[in-house]
Amino acid sequence: MRLQIKNGVVFDPLNGISGEVMDIFIEDGKIVEECKAERIIDASGKLVFPGGIDIHAHVAGPKVTSGRILRPEDHRIGVEKRWNGIHSGTGFSIPSTRVTGYRYARMGYTTVIEAAMPPLEAKHTHEEMVSIPIIDNAALTLFGNNWNVMELVRNEDYDSLSSFIAWMLRTTKGFGVKLVNPGGVENWGWGKDVDSIHSKVLHFDVTPAEIIRSLAIVNDRLKLPHSIHIHFNNLGHPGNYETTLESMKLVEDLKGERQSMHATHLQFHSYGGEKWKDMCSKSEEIAKYINKHEHITADMGQVIFGDTTTMTSDGPMEFSLYKLSGRKWSNHDVEIETGAGIIPVFYSSKNAVNSIQWAIGLELGLLIEDPWKIFVSTDHPNGGSFLFYPYIISWLMSEKRRKRTISRIHQAVNSRAILGSIDKERDFNDICIMTRSGPARALGLHKYGKGHLGVGADADIAIYDIDPKDVDPSEESNKILKAFRLTHCTIKGGEIVSRGGEILSSVDGKTIWCNPYLRNDEFEKIRKRIERKFYLNYTVSLSNYPVFDAYVPNPMEIRIEVS
Amino acid sequence: MTLHTDVVCPFCGCLCDDIAVEVENNEIIEVKNACELGYSKIVNHLERYRSPMIRENGKLKEVSYDDAIEKIAEILSSSKRVLYYGWSNTTCEAQKIGIHLAELTGGVIDNTTSVCHGPSVLAIHNVGYPGTTLGQVKNRANLIIYWGCNPLAAHPRHLSRYTTYPRGFFRQKGYEQRYLVVIDVRETDTAKIANKFIKVRPNSDYAVINALRAILRGHEDVIPPEVGGVPKEELVKLVERMKSAEFGALFFGLGLTMSRGRYKNIENAIKLVEDLNRYTKFTLTPMRGHYNVTGFNLVCAWETGYPYGVDFSKGYPWYNPGETTAVDVLLRGDLDALFVMGSDPAANFPKEVLKKMSEIPVILIDPFPNVTSSFADVIVPSAINGVEAEGTAYRMDSVPIRLRKFIETDFLSDEEIMKRIYESVERRLKG
Repeated sequence: MRLQIKNGVVFDPLNGISGEVMDIFIEDGKIVEECKAERIIDASGKLVFPGGIDIHAHVAGPKVTSGRILRPEDHRIGVEKRWNGIHSGTGFSIPSTRVTGYRYARMGYTTVIEAAMPPLEAKHTHEEMVSIPIIDNAALTLFGNNWNVMELVRNEDYDSLSSFIAWMLRTTKGFGVKLVNPGGVENWGWGKDVDSIHSKVLHFDVTPAEIIRSLAIVNDRLKLPHSIHIHFNNLGHPGNYETTLESMKLVEDLKGERQSMHATHLQFHSYGGEKWKDMCSKSEEIAKYINKHEHITADMGQVIFGDTTTMTSDGPMEFSLYKLSGRKWSNHDVEIETGAGIIPVFYSSKNAVNSIQWAIGLELGLLIEDPWKIFVSTDHPNGGSFLFYPYIISWLMSEKRRKRTISRIHQAVNSRAILGSIDKERDFNDICIMTRSGPARALGLHKYGKGHLGVGADADIAIYDIDPKDVDPSEESNKILKAFRLTHCTIKGGEIVSRGGEILSSVDGKTIWCNPYLRNDEFEKIRKRIERKFYLNYTVSLSNYPVFDAYVPNPMEIRIEVS
Repeated sequence: MTLHTDVVCPFCGCLCDDIAVEVENNEIIEVKNACELGYSKIVNHLERYRSPMIRENGKLKEVSYDDAIEKIAEILSSSKRVLYYGWSNTTCEAQKIGIHLAELTGGVIDNTTSVCHGPSVLAIHNVGYPGTTLGQVKNRANLIIYWGCNPLAAHPRHLSRYTTYPRGFFRQKGYEQRYLVVIDVRETDTAKIANKFIKVRPNSDYAVINALRAILRGHEDVIPPEVGGVPKEELVKLVERMKSAEFGALFFGLGLTMSRGRYKNIENAIKLVEDLNRYTKFTLTPMRGHYNVTGFNLVCAWETGYPYGVDFSKGYPWYNPGETTAVDVLLRGDLDALFVMGSDPAANFPKEVLKKMSEIPVILIDPFPNVTSSFADVIVPSAINGVEAEGTAYRMDSVPIRLRKFIETDFLSDEEIMKRIYESVERRLKG
């Protein structure tokens, strides 16, 4: 369908447009200069953004469904009835796949990056991504604890490591290189962890620092659109900000066209103190470092008060959380590659640590000055559901709203965090960057039509029922909250998929994946190299290991010429 | 002659994927590496139906696929409450359409979990699931415990491929570096080859697990000289062995899920494994039976939020095992049709349930005749998954593996049959 969005107040930071009243034309799913529209959407007095991009969320795959099976109680809420051909579903922090797609679309999000795909179970991740309607998905393949990676890192064999990463991305139909507690999850195979980036991984004679740096080097050699995407060691431990700074320094010299490292759910990595008793915010130190350097992007990992489910490949961390909470605990080690842990969590506003955590996320969102470096996320569902993004936006835009929340939570937030002293407020342009254009650029997807509204871009558009000229976000934060919860309408690939919260059309989303193209003999060489070990160590044959084309019915393959 | 290697065996939850099959003129000449159970499934010397059939005046009459599918659609679209049951011997692709069909018609969907490892799932809801993929066990474990199961009979290659006999990266000497414990109520074949067999009095597993946990937590003094038929010193020794293992793996079967205590047994076993993780590395894995029973739990959980026993009559998924599970809905007599895919409920459901089954139309989709066939009013034979049709299945440890096709057939696949039924029902409900 040919569409015209008329007189919208348009923000398109990648093209330097900030609040201009203009028209946007859509034809064949793309944005065009002009066309004879069959349908006109009147967007006067409405905010027009590119479709939202969630750079880090756990929405599909083995650990998400482990979480669903662990928590039937989470599915007693968030119930949606089948209606007019639109599927039913359940769930709040770990919604079933169909409603996951609908909810993102209602909020104006059109692309979501699944943050952790274990290669051996990659088919599962893809099966679920295909079951999530409307939104485009991409999955980050887990590498940080892979035996082949550690062995090649130890040998400093970057050529083979490049081939291996390329082969694995192709084999798992993955989008990028993800590291989770590098080395620590391998040690969890023996019930242990690593305590610093310089401690050796048991039996592998390699350190987390070496794994991180080597993968960053190889990631750049392969010219992948996204940098390495890392969940640092020591997540959630008091005093871990030093590990975070050390890890970021490892790749300082590698900055090229884009960042050399994406630091995910940074809130969980910005803690001072030595124990939970004196745990405090170190967001200032972290922000200072990122403000001074150009090689890091990050997402917030904001904590939201209430019940949620934590799930990560960081098996040892989840077990230590389980020992604290004593509720229930699932774990899933994946041979040769990675692990996973899941526990339910209640972030309480009466709890000192939780209140400080809440503050740290927002501190990072405000103190990291350049919005192109810090993006909105809850590390869904770890900090809270993605449904709370509108709350985060309202806090970022209004000091008054933050103060009001601070007054209602544990007062440790005033002595061990600094949010109360920050008066900065983000504007609409910043929010547009932090929720779509910034993630697009950090992922390299802006080159493939995402995160902007220029001619040729994918027609993924969110129209919100709010006029930036008529509202004072600082004073009227409730209006902001309301506007960002449900779009006036969401357009995905040129189709109107949601209007005022009602799903109109359940189109299939695409699976975005990267194919760094090496010569056939390079692939053959790496395959030969791992073949025998594969046979000895895995419990699945090499020929049954790949994600076959049948699992990716709507691919958006990004082919990269490497050699 | 064509040799197919790395073929996936569509029999049990082991999903062995190293089978070699020789095929000539579309016939299987030889099957290598498979166990007896897998061999017989793959070579398929069982009787097959020749065509779809509809029962008329008590007699089954051969009809075309189109006629059978239209008949099924007619039954489903005119029924108020259908139970869609089975699904453990079919692909995830077919399961997914089945779930959507149940949603479309406001029916109930359940699988064999509810009469098998259902209690394990309930226990997971309550306390969690400290699991692992089997390769982790193969590469690391030096203590293997089988509790209430007899893998040599039910999962014949489980020990040789995954747990006890294979060489692993950190266990290059294979079984020499491992210690095998079997805990059961009788001396099974697996018990006979174990390093240690512990015989438990029937229905006292819960007490034995409790005693182990108490000893582990330092309360040895409160344990009587004997628990569930096991002398105290044996239990103390076992706890020592568990604590000092570098990597321990506990596998359990229906001896634990279906004996007295049921889900409480599993809950306790899970808590034992959680406790052990404070000392060393320990994992737990249910010995799932059918080759894709795990797959159904996963597909159902991601599509609906719940792993089995889902009722769509409210218009959204509702789960309440004991109310929305197969035997319960059948027994209450509130169904007006039963749809069975890839299972044989008549072979193992209680007698009173069979009586209810005989009172309503029964639709059966399966490659082979079975006990349920004699109840069926419409029978649709399908291709054998993993031999004549491909698709996804999940191993007992939730690793997905794609079943292969190496024999051509005129039988439709489960997926294709489900697709056609869904389309026809959707058309009828709209029209």
